[in-house]
Amino acid sequence: MKLLVCVSKTPETTARIAFTNDNTAFDSSGVQYIMNPYDEWYALVRALELKEANGGTVTIINVGPAANDTIIRKGLAIGADEAIRVDAEPQSALYVARQIAEYARGEDFDIVFLGKESIDYNGAEVGAMVAELLELPFVSHATKLEMDGNKAMIVADIDGGDARLEVDTPFVISAAKGLAEQRIPNMRGIMMAKRKPLKVVEPAAAEDLAVSVRFQLPPEKGDVKLVDPENMDELVRLLHEEAKVI
Amino acid sequence: MVLVLAETQKGKFKKASLEAVTYGNKTAQVLGTDCAALVLGPASGLEELGKYGASKVYHVPDAGLDNFDSQVYAAVISQVAEKTGATVIVFSHSALGKSTAGRVAVRMNAGSVSGANTVPTLEGGAFKVTKGVFSGKAFAEYEIKSDIKVLSLMGNSIPVESSGGPAPVEELSVEVPAARVTVKSLERVEGTTPLPEAELVVSAGRGMKGPENWGIIEELAEVMGATTACSRPVADTGWRPHHEHVGQTGIAIRPNLYLAIGISGAIQHLAGVNNSKTIVVINKDPEAPFFKAADYGVVGDLFEVVPRLTEAMKKFKAEQG
Ligand SMILES: Cc1cc2nc3c(=O)[nH]c(=O)nc-3n(C[C@H](O)[C@H](O)[C@H](O)COP(=O)(O)OP(=O)(O)OC[C@H]3O[C@@H](n4cnc5c(N)ncnc54)[C@H](O)[C@@H]3O)c2cc1C
Repeated sequence: MKLLVCVSKTPETTARIAFTNDNTAFDSSGVQYIMNPYDEWYALVRALELKEANGGTVTIINVGPAANDTIIRKGLAIGADEAIRVDAEPQSALYVARQIAEYARGEDFDIVFLGKESIDYNGAEVGAMVAELLELPFVSHATKLEMDGNKAMIVADIDGGDARLEVDTPFVISAAKGLAEQRIPNMRGIMMAKRKPLKVVEPAAAEDLAVSVRFQLPPEKGDVKLVDPENMDELVRLLHEEAKVI
Repeated sequence: MVLVLAETQKGKFKKASLEAVTYGNKTAQVLGTDCAALVLGPASGLEELGKYGASKVYHVPDAGLDNFDSQVYAAVISQVAEKTGATVIVFSHSALGKSTAGRVAVRMNAGSVSGANTVPTLEGGAFKVTKGVFSGKAFAEYEIKSDIKVLSLMGNSIPVESSGGPAPVEELSVEVPAARVTVKSLERVEGTTPLPEAELVVSAGRGMKGPENWGIIEELAEVMGATTACSRPVADTGWRPHHEHVGQTGIAIRPNLYLAIGISGAIQHLAGVNNSKTIVVINKDPEAPFFKAADYGVVGDLFEVVPRLTEAMKKFKAEQG
């Protein structure tokens, strides 16, 4: 099986979120980056498991600058065979999707994997866009994927429930929690990753049709109002009369 | 024209779709145009969408659309958008919306913003709309530059408004391609509102000590008519199902009331819940970081406080009738 896993780079989950240039840009000073958890923990690992069971190759692709090579190498250390980096500073989901589709077209991947969303811009858009550009079926929020030849049996999260789906390869799939278990790269993997191919390609021309122009932090919470643990009638009263939520 | 996809579930419009129609109407007012709703697949009672702000309802009744395949939906929605001259296409940020909006954006060469949480503004011709980013830790305003725009609306961002009368329904016949994804079955958690749509959420963490103690949480949630949620370690150890896991790597929610019980308030947990309107924290540790993000706090042992709160809620419900 020929498998492609799209990975993105996101700030580490405890990173301080702040903005610069009059709140028009993310302040990356001092921020540590990680591979987007949905891409790493679920999409990549399920692809590796399928390769281990059926043979084939796992390629990872990232659209981003040279600084992203660290997280790409981590993907190789976890077990991907090779990597592609499209050398660009992406501004929108559509831009990223066009780069991925440009590379994947003609490569005949059986399955293109992504995480269900990135934890920075929370778009959950790239998968659907890649699928449309490649004219492939798309299943989002997959929590189970089993293959039988070229037929996939998938369980996907639908708000408040599960859908059981069937689709034949080739297709695009986005991974949610449950699809696989996180793998920690071992020393051998890390050593081998250094010798695996990481190819850098130039971006295709593509427009950004939607761009972020200003950021804002949520309003600060006022002080917490403490309620006597013996007096839950008072909490109920506050929720009803003051907060007006019940 | 603003075109809003309205989803049904068991023959009824989803709350998220009623929000989307209300939102579509408000967006249409900003743009000085009308809002129309679109319903795909066999359905009835479509004129009802007029109540929420649709001046017209388009209906593509093909039975094949009962089987959701994002590729088919995107083809159908794009055809309807072209036929009706829609310039803004609105989805709910639901499972269906998320897998379809991006496709429609590609087909229509439209800029898109997913998970929008404000009505767009139009200043000096610039179309701008805001969404949550960094899993709720910040908001970003986007400008969409293309002629056609695709938006998906984050649940619980704007209240449903129902002041209009019934809307005329027009059946459209468009080409419906064959589905490549087959839906074998759908299983829904019965009885409660799904987390992304819930207005009241009772959530519990490791302070519960073990899955056998969840009865007090379920009872409180039942009395309140709330949906239950949990922290990540609770789902990871199998105390609760994965679909209850909220936070940065779980579901992001913004209910009216988030009641956090025995949850410390780690940054990754807060990320997914801190845009809730009101946050109540029950924790025995006065230093728990969650208190800094809370509106109301109760410092005490949850095994004593929660049953007391349940009793107080029962009393309140009885008084309310
Ligand atoms: C990459 C990454 C992603 C993550 N994503 C998420 C996420 O999406 N969601 C998430 O929740 N976590 C996430 N986490 C985990 C997060 O860092 C915390 O570990 C987790 O939220 C802690 O869960 P908890 O509050 O239930 O448990 P704990 O931190 O163990 O807190 C338990 C709390 O219960 C209180 N308590 C104990 N007994 C009682 C009692 N009898 N009465 C009252 N209070 C009591 C304690 O004082 C304590 O505050 C993530 C971590 C990482 C590294």
